[in-house]
Amino acid sequence: MGLLSKKDTKLITDPLADNNPITIQVLGICSALAITAELKASIVMSISVLFVLGVGNVVVSLMRNIIPSKIRIIVQLVVVAALVIIVDQVLKAFAYELSKTLSVFVGLIITNCIIMGRFEAFALGNGPWRSFLDGIGNAAGYGAILIIVGFFRELLGSGTLLGFKVLGDPIEKTGLYAIGYENNGFMLLSPMALIVVGVIIWVQRTRNKALIEDH
Amino acid sequence: MEHLELFFKSIFIDNMVFATFLGMCSYLAVSKKVSTAVGLGAAVIFVLVVTVPLNWLLDQYILQPGALGKWLGAEYASYDLSFLSFIMFIATIATMVQLVEIIVEKFAPALYNSLGIFLPLIAVNCAILGGSLFMQSREIPTIGLATTYGLGSGIGWFLAILAIAAIREKIRYSNVPPALRGLGITFIITGLMAIGFMSFGGMLTGGDEESKKETPEVVERIEAEKEAIKKETGAEHSQSIADNTIKVVE
Repeated sequence: MGLLSKKDTKLITDPLADNNPITIQVLGICSALAITAELKASIVMSISVLFVLGVGNVVVSLMRNIIPSKIRIIVQLVVVAALVIIVDQVLKAFAYELSKTLSVFVGLIITNCIIMGRFEAFALGNGPWRSFLDGIGNAAGYGAILIIVGFFRELLGSGTLLGFKVLGDPIEKTGLYAIGYENNGFMLLSPMALIVVGVIIWVQRTRNKALIEDH
Repeated sequence: MEHLELFFKSIFIDNMVFATFLGMCSYLAVSKKVSTAVGLGAAVIFVLVVTVPLNWLLDQYILQPGALGKWLGAEYASYDLSFLSFIMFIATIATMVQLVEIIVEKFAPALYNSLGIFLPLIAVNCAILGGSLFMQSREIPTIGLATTYGLGSGIGWFLAILAIAAIREKIRYSNVPPALRGLGITFIITGLMAIGFMSFGGMLTGGDEESKKETPEVVERIEAEKEAIKKETGAEHSQSIADNTIKVVE
């Protein structure tokens, strides 16, 4: 690792597993749940958050010494809001259908606690390069959960992945449907997102006992 | 009548937490004790009631395409500032929260002591911004209805956090699998509660009507059907709001 020192690498890899923003830090849940019925939407959302958090962390980190601490929340909100407007306009221009699916949840990246949380916890106290890595790492950890949830919900709910029918055609009864498999439409409804995330947390904490809470 | 309808709809059918997952972060973080949950819930109701109508005014008179033309004269009618809505809404919310904090501290110290620490948290609560964004995307027609919507959504959020806090206080005495303790079981309980709340969906529309309307669109593909149902329910909402508009116009 010439480019990244050991400490820097840790900034990226930690949030992917043992310090995951969603399952451990409990940040950014809202959007993680609402838009994961399709894998495609999850991926786009992850990329948007990656962009906003990466760039936002750098901007806030560069400004950290000139922001008066009393008004820092408003300053941070303006930074995020500006970045989110960029994301929203790009999505509207190049992926209009998808931006309709994501509807208000693109706007809600502004109040995605993951962003404010990382600004407060990291970017305000660290240099731009390290903040950038932290942003990328956390957004990737967030994206990883989103993609796992999106994968299972789309696969079990509609039998497709990214719109491709991987389990066969439910109308013509090919593939798995030929032997009587049925889609579980329940997976597409919003409450199942919560339960899928709950199960992910369960699996993760069973594998790593150190993460278990007392109550 | 439409006030009552929107009020109950925003509490139960479109419940912020269970239907749209807004404000989940603070919902999960501040629901360990009933007393703190009540404080935060009350603060959310308060701020939603103030910010939703304010942002409605902003939306109607500044942000909507052509809105400037209404009061600045025809030469401004071609402006479309809707891309500014995120930044305007969040600025309003942050300012209002700050203002509310100062006013409450000055005139109602007792209330400030119970709400005080939660107010700054609220500026970044997605339920607040979400309330304004949904108000915009559902095209709520009058300022009165916008206030009702804010109040209803706030009460819905309050009910949700109150319920989960009470459950979490009790679940401490249950034998939960160690790996599920804390966050995991909270997620799963919320999921089950959300399934329960889905049953309110038939309250205003009446179940039969809805499924009849869907059939022509759905025949082609099963997975299209699932999406169609989702979109249909979305359309259902905007449609009933559109109905409201017609009533109001009349």
